[in-house]
Amino acid sequence: MAAGDGNAVSIELGHFALILAFAIAAVSTVGGYTYWRSGQRIALVLSQGAVLQFVLVAVAFAALIQAFVTSDFSLLLAVNNSHSLKPLIFKISGVWGNHEGSLVLWIFILVSFGAMVAAFGRRLPDDLLALVLATQSLLTAAFSGFTLFTSNPFERVFPAPMQGNDLNPVLQDIGLAIHPPLLYAGYVGFSICFSFAIAALISGRIDQAWARWVRPWTMLSWIFLTLGIAMGSYWAYYELGWGGWWFWDPVENASFMPWLAGTALLHSALVMEKRNALKIWTIFLSIITFSLSLLGTFLVRSGILTSVHTFASDPTRGMVILALLALVIGGAFALFAFRASSLRQGGLFAPVSREGALILNNLFLATAVGAVLVGTLYPLLLDALTGTTISVGAPFFDLTFGALMAPLLLVLPFGPLLAWKRADVIGAAQRLIGAAALAIFATILISALGGVSISLAPLGLLLGFWVAFGAIAELVDRSRLGKIPLRESWRRLVGLPRTAFSTALAHFGMGVTVLGIVATTAWETELVTTLNPGETAELSGYVVAFDDFQQVPGPNYLSDEGHFTVTAPDGGTRQMLADRRTYVASGMPTTEAAIETYGFSQLYLQLGEPLDDTHVVRIWHKPYITLIWLGAILMALAGVVSLTDRKLRVGAPQRARKPVASPAE
Amino acid sequence: MTWLRALLLVLCLVSPVAALSPDEVLPDPVLEQRARHISAGLRCLVCQNQSIDDSDADLAKDLRVLVRERLVAGDSDEAVRQFLVDRYGEYVLLNPRLNNHTLLLWIAAPGLLLVGLGTLLVLARKKRVVTAGLSAEEQAALDELK
Repeated sequence: MAAGDGNAVSIELGHFALILAFAIAAVSTVGGYTYWRSGQRIALVLSQGAVLQFVLVAVAFAALIQAFVTSDFSLLLAVNNSHSLKPLIFKISGVWGNHEGSLVLWIFILVSFGAMVAAFGRRLPDDLLALVLATQSLLTAAFSGFTLFTSNPFERVFPAPMQGNDLNPVLQDIGLAIHPPLLYAGYVGFSICFSFAIAALISGRIDQAWARWVRPWTMLSWIFLTLGIAMGSYWAYYELGWGGWWFWDPVENASFMPWLAGTALLHSALVMEKRNALKIWTIFLSIITFSLSLLGTFLVRSGILTSVHTFASDPTRGMVILALLALVIGGAFALFAFRASSLRQGGLFAPVSREGALILNNLFLATAVGAVLVGTLYPLLLDALTGTTISVGAPFFDLTFGALMAPLLLVLPFGPLLAWKRADVIGAAQRLIGAAALAIFATILISALGGVSISLAPLGLLLGFWVAFGAIAELVDRSRLGKIPLRESWRRLVGLPRTAFSTALAHFGMGVTVLGIVATTAWETELVTTLNPGETAELSGYVVAFDDFQQVPGPNYLSDEGHFTVTAPDGGTRQMLADRRTYVASGMPTTEAAIETYGFSQLYLQLGEPLDDTHVVRIWHKPYITLIWLGAILMALAGVVSLTDRKLRVGAPQRARKPVASPAE
Repeated sequence: MTWLRALLLVLCLVSPVAALSPDEVLPDPVLEQRARHISAGLRCLVCQNQSIDDSDADLAKDLRVLVRERLVAGDSDEAVRQFLVDRYGEYVLLNPRLNNHTLLLWIAAPGLLLVGLGTLLVLARKKRVVTAGLSAEEQAALDELK
């Protein structure tokens, strides 16, 4: 399809909008840092600038989407990543399924958060708001500049080819439509914490109020990141075709490190908000969390992960991101080193106290970040410095990360039961006896049912149950359940602040995820066999009958379909369809596994390549595997509950003021 | 961002499907179990961060067969790993061995934890000294109240 005139105009309009957004961001940065003391006026101007950046980047993003949707192959990006036969949803998601487009998505989310601060931040002091928006503008300017100068998504081709090269088939999935935007929303959302930290360091305004302003933004980003990582994990699980759900891949680690740091930040900001302590550390974590997001962007975008040598052979993009990284992170830490000592330490507390518990949490989470960071970067650095190539893979991370998480999970249930300032650890232990007994009982029960196959499995289960029941123990304790009449308990429970529920729910979710991980690791069963239509196989009590094999054309692929009937141990039967697809444009094959959920467990069935006139069929039974993602969803939900708490709401009551900047179109 | 990983993965694979084929499986279940365990810790050298147990690349298949041949020949697990390291270097091990090159890697996590704990202890001691008395400022404020 040749480019229509209307599209040609809108592509250039989008290009122009991005350039204009870059210019406005640059001006806002300089103006903001120069005049941040000028009070309400500068805050208002920068707010308008933030909204304007949002509108302009939205126009640029919309122009790209339109070009993809209408298959305008005068746009180089569309030629490389789209195809006119592709379903609409994948045409849209194809916009960010590549380097240039994903950067535009990154910037779009950055300016969205900036505009949200401008919209909801009216109650902030003018100087703080001005500095936050100036810092956001600095980031926008840096990344839109990087995009425009080294990775311009608006490049055109003439004459326009008739057809595009299609998007990588593995990426043509609903998961890709949702996963990157969620993940980026989390990554980039932490830029707000970063900007707040910079603003605090410059203005010297750092107190409990600061923590209260930052916490909802941290929470919001953390929710997105939690969901994004869980979504990515589930996507890999069903799309890559062998049922792995976490690989400790550098790219995964790149998203996991900001999550760990963000989790630590949520907890330390709590101490700062309630007790005016841990101020320096909280500021430090705010900077670190976003720096890890930037590092992730660098690792993924520079190509350094594939090989140090590919990076060296085409270093432009990588070097520019590295320079940006050095500038932003280095600048932030220089400012931190220069100003942190001027911050006064706040409230005092005994080692055994809620504060002490949260510090312990931060110690383990921060060490875990360090361990994952070292494991991820070590092979790259070793190769670059000595030329020695080693691999640091899943077995290493399982060991080090697991060793750090076990003690954290072990003490986790104590935290919420300890009082601020000075606490009674024996008293907390007494209130956890019920949870401990339940956890032991549940572990024995489940181990007896599942059979002990790995020696560490019961310990892992015990830890998971302990965390889950321990989380509920706090609610039980605070409602004095069993100690006072039931109705009175109920009244107390309902009267508890939302944050008590969100804490309990988040920790419960953590326990659930641990249980899923342990159970599926310990009791997963697998069968690799050859089957012909008409034959059956059996695994863990499930009888799989291979009914039929057909070749069926899809919209932009040809499909080999295997039809199966599965009889569960309870006698119920279900139909399953597993297929292998060959994409027309690229000739690339993918497999679409069939997955059936039984309770919390899943049966995972994959049709392999033909082997001597029969079909290779791989069957897995994955007990309780869905708990891994359910736990993550519970944690995200806990974040939402916390955000609805009156005190922490993002859109906390605000002064009415006339609306800023009408959309510039 | 797992999708990007997938993209890299696809570049080196014929198709992203589970690896082990029925024709490779050893008849002895104990030996097969050992083979699977070893395979999960060996890197598919032409892939992006995949073990040979997960990979469908031809090389991974060759290595899987090789591991099983060595096991059938009576090698211990460690001997099989050493055999592959001799051929392909340390790079083939997903769990790096402790040596001069990997010393920092292995002590990083416990080291960080100890440094963190140490810092906390020092800070706690300092704080206790601080709590012992009032600062001049606070004393002045107190005197004023009196």
